[in-house]
Amino acid sequence: MAKVFIYPTTSLILSDLVARFGHTPLSAALQIRDRIQTPGLESPPLQITPEGPKKGLRWAAVEVPSGVRGRMSLYGPMIEEAEAAIIINNPDFSFGCMGCARTNELINFLIRKRKVPILDLEYPETDEEGVEFVAAIKRFLDDLNGGAA
Amino acid sequence: MTQYSPRYAGTVTKYIFVESPDMTPSDLAIRAYEISQGVMIKETCFGLQVTGSEDDVNRIIDSLRMLDPSHIFVKDRGFPPGDSRRCRANLGGARPGYFGHEFEIGLIRRVSKGLESLPARKPKDTPHPPAPSRVRKLDAARLKKIIDSQES
Repeated sequence: MAKVFIYPTTSLILSDLVARFGHTPLSAALQIRDRIQTPGLESPPLQITPEGPKKGLRWAAVEVPSGVRGRMSLYGPMIEEAEAAIIINNPDFSFGCMGCARTNELINFLIRKRKVPILDLEYPETDEEGVEFVAAIKRFLDDLNGGAA
Repeated sequence: MTQYSPRYAGTVTKYIFVESPDMTPSDLAIRAYEISQGVMIKETCFGLQVTGSEDDVNRIIDSLRMLDPSHIFVKDRGFPPGDSRRCRANLGGARPGYFGHEFEIGLIRRVSKGLESLPARKPKDTPHPPAPSRVRKLDAARLKKIIDSQES
């Protein structure tokens, strides 16, 4: 069972397919849960304290905005832990009021730098693409160590 | 700043989405209540949220998934249900993560088609998934060459 980093990190489709085919999806919810369930000082809404941007310095330089560093304190540990990654390129919803284009670029750069197996995809736009999309993810996950072949 | 004591510490919460022609969220909820054994079940417009110990939650999910395997989808959630920092009853408007779910649920029937077609697929068939277009971008060496040619 491999730990598979998924991007977008909140993706329902990727999270489900990775778990369904016998691996562990590394999604943002796990990191958020970790913070939500740790006692400390109240810092709503995501319990990200001033410690977050400090921890983010491991992955982003000090002159990088604190928003990017705070986000990297969530995603950085998952990137380091990942044994493989599935990336859907250009997801519309990862950029907007809750997203950050620079963090997304940094995540993509860092995961590619890890040299772990990566599957690059786009969201399926037709039924035929959906069939190939699922088959490609299954093939990729089966090829990882311990996959349910 | 005030002290923060987490509710439901040590539990996991998972979303169960159902997008099926044969099953509604309330069908799923009734089945989940039958086997819940103390695990917290919350019915939503798209499916359920299940909160409890990891083993209990996985047991319920495995059982529910068997009802309609290619149309039931599961993902982790960081917050417990009804958390005032996330629940739209307190915030007004849709919960922030809802927009991502709304987007993916719009195309999840294609994933269901893919899951249904998997058993009929030969293991040696090479998949041709929708891949990102590889538009070659201007590389730094070429840019430098252009700059040098303009300066000289």
